[in-house]
Parts: sequence; C-alpha cells; structure tokens
Amino acid sequence: MPGFETRPNTQEAADPHTATRNARYGAILFMLYVLLYGGFVAINAFNPDVMDTVVLAGVNLAVVYGLGLIVAAFVLALVYSWLCRSAAPARPGKRPQ
Amino acid sequence: VIHEASPLAIVVFLAFVGLTLGLSFYFAKRSRSASGYYAAGGNIHWFVNGVAFAGDYLSAASFLGICGMIAFYGYDGFLYSIGYLAGWIVALLVVAEPLKRMGRYTFADALDSRFQSRAIKLTAAISTLVVSVFYLIPQMVGAGVLIRPLLGLPHAAGVILVGAIVILIVVTAGMVSTTYVQFLKGSLLVVFSAILTVLILNRGLVVDDSPEASEPQTVSIAPDGAKQVNGLPQGTGPGEGDLRAVGHVSKLPGGIERTGPLGPLEFLSTFQQSELVLWRSTETKLDDGTRVIKYSPRPTSGADILRPGNHPQFSAIRSDKLIDKVNFVSLMLALFAGTASLPHILIRYYTVKDQAAARKSTVVGIGSIGFFYVLTLYLGLGAMVSGALDVTDSNMAAPLLAKSFPDGGWLFAIISAIAFTTVLGTVSGLIVAASGAVVHDLMSSFWRVQMNDHDKVRIGKISAVVVGVVAVVLGILFEQLNVSYLVGWAFSVAASANLPSLVMALFWRRTTRQGIAAAILVGMASSLAWILLSGDTFKSVYGLPAEDSPVPFSQPGIVTIPLGFAVLVLVSLVTQPKKS
Repeated sequence: MPGFETRPNTQEAADPHTATRNARYGAILFMLYVLLYGGFVAINAFNPDVMDTVVLAGVNLAVVYGLGLIVAAFVLALVYSWLCRSAAPARPGKRPQ
Repeated sequence: VIHEASPLAIVVFLAFVGLTLGLSFYFAKRSRSASGYYAAGGNIHWFVNGVAFAGDYLSAASFLGICGMIAFYGYDGFLYSIGYLAGWIVALLVVAEPLKRMGRYTFADALDSRFQSRAIKLTAAISTLVVSVFYLIPQMVGAGVLIRPLLGLPHAAGVILVGAIVILIVVTAGMVSTTYVQFLKGSLLVVFSAILTVLILNRGLVVDDSPEASEPQTVSIAPDGAKQVNGLPQGTGPGEGDLRAVGHVSKLPGGIERTGPLGPLEFLSTFQQSELVLWRSTETKLDDGTRVIKYSPRPTSGADILRPGNHPQFSAIRSDKLIDKVNFVSLMLALFAGTASLPHILIRYYTVKDQAAARKSTVVGIGSIGFFYVLTLYLGLGAMVSGALDVTDSNMAAPLLAKSFPDGGWLFAIISAIAFTTVLGTVSGLIVAASGAVVHDLMSSFWRVQMNDHDKVRIGKISAVVVGVVAVVLGILFEQLNVSYLVGWAFSVAASANLPSLVMALFWRRTTRQGIAAAILVGMASSLAWILLSGDTFKSVYGLPAEDSPVPFSQPGIVTIPLGFAVLVLVSLVTQPKKS
C-alpha cells in the first residue's frame, strides 16, 4: 500500500510451527476459562441462592468465585506466557496448518 | 449536593494537564511518519504498552461507574468488573498473536490480510466508527459530570475543555503521546486506588449510631426550578439547607463500636456480618407540578449486600421467568466477547515490536486491570460506609470516598484529577482508532485516494480534529442521557459486528471476503436494531413503557453474536472460490 511502509515481520512470525503451537495452547486454556466463567454465570442465573454460601474465611461464594475469576485470568495468562516462552522446535515431516 | 470547587483540585488538575501536554510536545518529532503517528512506529516497550492497555481500557465508566454502583447497590457492580476482565482472556488467548502477525495499523488490516477487499475495509471502518462514537459519548458526558464539582464550571465547559486537550494530545504526537498519556493514567489509577484501599482497610468499620445519620431527606423542585432541601432553599448560606452526606455502618458483629484495622478477607467477612444503611429514593409529583424526591435510609444486612441481584439491572436473576435470566447471560456474554472486539484496544497491538511483545504486554495488562478490578470491590464498599456519599449522584462515590479520610483534601484533588485524566486517556485512544479507520481503511483502501506518508499524517490529524469536535457536540447534546447504557451498547455492537469475523478470518481457512463483510454488516445492524428497540431503551431514552418493546429482552449479545458467526459461515460456504 503506497505511503504505509511495510516492515518485514519478525522472526517469530516467520515460524508457522510456533504460531500453530501457541494457538493450540491458547485454545486449551481458553476452554478452561470458558468453563470457569460459564459456571459462574450459570450459578448466578439459575441458582443465585448458592452464591450466599459462606465458603472461605467467612466470605461467601459470590465474592470468592468473583475474585477467583480475576486471579484465575492472571494465572492463566502467566501459564500461557510460560508455555510460549520459546520458539517451537521445527518437526520435519509434520506440516503446519 | 453543592460541591465547592477546591483550589487544590484545580492546581493538581492543571499540573496533570501540563504534564500530559508536555509529554505530547516532547514526543511530537517521533510521529512524523504514518507508522509513527498511527502505531508509534511499533517501538513501544511491552511493559509500557501493557500498562497503557489499562489506561486505555479503564474508562470513566469503570472507575466512577463501577465504584458508584457497588457503593449504592453492593455486589452487582462487581459483576461488571468480572465480565470486563474476563474479556481479556479472549484478547490474549485467541486474538492477540494472529492479529499482530497479520495487521499493521487497524484491525481491518488483519481481517483483510488474505483478501485485499474494499468491502471488508468499508464495513470494518464503519463498525470502528460506530463503536468508537458509542464509546466516546459516555466519556465526554463523564467529563462534564466531573468538571462541575471539581472546577465549578458548567457541563458544556467541561466537555469542551476535555475535547480541546485531547485533540491537542492526538494532533501533536498521535499514538506515541496517546500511549504515554495512557501509561501515566493507568499507573496513577492503579497506584492511587491501592492507596485508597489501604486507607479503607486501615480505618476498618465504625458504627455511626447518631440519629441524624439515619434521618430521611427530601428535595422538592418547583416547576420554576427552585429547589428546596429538607424545607429550606438549597444553598450553603444562613437559612439555607443542603443534602447531608450519607453512608454508614449501623451494627457490627458482636455489638462492638469499631473494628480497628482489618485484613483484606477479614474486611469482607466482617462486612458480611454487619448491618449497613443503604439509601433509596422515591419520587412523587404534587398537584402544582412540584416534584418531591424523598431519600430514605434502609438498614440492610451485609450478607444481602454481598450477593448478586440488588441493582434493578440484575434483579431479574431472582425472577422465575427464563427470559429474564437469558437477558443476564446475554449481558455477561457481551462483556466477555466485547473486549477483544473494541477497535481502540486492538490498535494497541500494533504499537509493539512482535507477537511475543504483544503477548507479554497483554499479560501486564491483565495483571494491572485485574488488580484494579479487585480494588473496585473495596473502593465501592469503602465508599458505602464512608459517610461521604452524595445521595443524588452515584458517580461521585470514589472521589468523595477520598475526601472522607483525615486530610483527605489532597487525596480528593488527586483522585478527581486522575478521574479526569482517565477520560483523557480513553478518549485519545478512541480518536486515534477512529482517525486510523478514516484515513487508512476508508480513504486509502476503499476510495483508493493516493496519499504519501506525509499526507496520511496530515489527513489523520484533520480527521482527529473532526472526530474530536463531533465527540464534543454529542457530549453536550447527550448531557441528560443515562450514559451507562452507552458503554454496554458499545460492547454489544463490537462483539456482534467484529468478533465473528475476527475469529473466523484468523482461524477458518474457508472464510471468504463476502462472508466477512456480510457478518460485520449483519452483526452491527442486528445488534443496533435490537438495542434501539429494547425495553431498556424504550424506558430510559424514549420515555415509553418498557412493555411496548417488540424484543423479548434487552441485551442482544446472545442472539446477535451467534447470528454473526452463522451469517459468516453461510455466506462463505455459498461464495467459495472455484478450485482452479
């Protein structure tokens, strides 16, 4: 496109193995979080009284689950970051998608 | 309540604005090229970008709106915190890396990277503009709301002031200065919210059993606009009266008078076993047209405050009707899916070097945004018992909380100035996103206007001024509109219009350009139409009975997001290219 200079993409982009591997890790962790979040929304929608149960140190499930979802997002982000920390080894014979 | 302009607040505010504009002029030379202006040259460090994500994302709605909702209704405001943060998981795990790999300046780039299609650029640009304007209006109105108590200026003056400062920030150094303004704002917001939380925990909970703390209050507004408060003309002079600040603990567990400093979990568990006073208003109209608003105290157990379903918007989860529950699920889905579809958030991925930096900056973003959202619970509950709430304005809960501490003048000034900077950071991000869509997607790609690098920056600055002026005008026009709805609209429209095409273009090889363009148009049109016909809009915008609304529930996401995916798949399958 004229005027918008195009820089070459960096090394990681050049490696489709890494991109595919990261996307797979991302999908697995994403499903995990969808289950956690979906569970929270479902309890609130269909059985909100369960949220009154005191579960931890005198604090009810609504607060513990809510804080837990925020902490879980950060933990999953760290796990994903750790899993993706280096480039994937190229595996001959297996074509990236 | 009449708030007096505090000279200290004005000084702190001016210092913030001076610092922000100073940064912009300092960085001006870095943004002479199109890449510098629209994407900060891809040179932003991932940590700075991560905190800038927080500065971009934590809008006035997050800071003032959520704290105010928790302070007045308890747990329900925290549902927004949870939903807004969860959306970042979609951004990190699904969208960030492919978006960075395939795009350059706008998210339309990534959608279009395989196709070079004018239809995609046009539809994506329209959806960027629609979402950005919906998001801009509440920010501008928020600026007007803030400036009244802070500087003692009328609403329009606040909106114009913010508009002028933001236009200056964007025009001098585009995405570079926008990034550093957001970095500054993000850090200040998180640090000072943490300081406030420490002060709340350190103060603990204190019973106020004085009779006047629970005295009902009345405001009457005559047809000529004259206001009386508790039977006296409103004012601060002798013989005049004003509303009392409210919010206190009426009973602590074990009958004690004060708890002393509490730990974070101890605060919540003690709160749960206490009794607190919430305030509710009822309005009646007299025969002569005078409106009488009565504010009455309602002692409520902490256990009831810390459960979902107290706010009118969420009370439906305790109804027996399935349709009310679907509405709640639909809202939570829109919050989850909306974040990764907001154009002003997505462009931030182009300011860093590569995919690893995009990933790392999202992790920093999730850390700082998540930490802030945890703090919103403490800030809201702390404000609820601070004795400083204004019964007429929940948006002022957080700044007034700051005022309730001994020597809180400084803190109030700083928190108010930060709230104001919050508006600046978010608005400048939105304006860069909108002007990128106009110049890069519409003019360069759709109309194929030939522009050199210098033209693109110049025209980008002109469109930033135009978008800024439009935002100012809308911010003045919509002063009376309940703005919290608009942020929700922006999330629903963004999720319905952008998420299906973003996810499918990045991950489904059989996606076609017709499929993408159709999904954006159908997602945008259907979610907009649904919102404009919803019961919430009937009641709060048109002033019509909610029962007249033709749609079964107010939140469109649960219908229109799957609809966008379905349209994309169907149209793509019909328009598959012939195998050569």
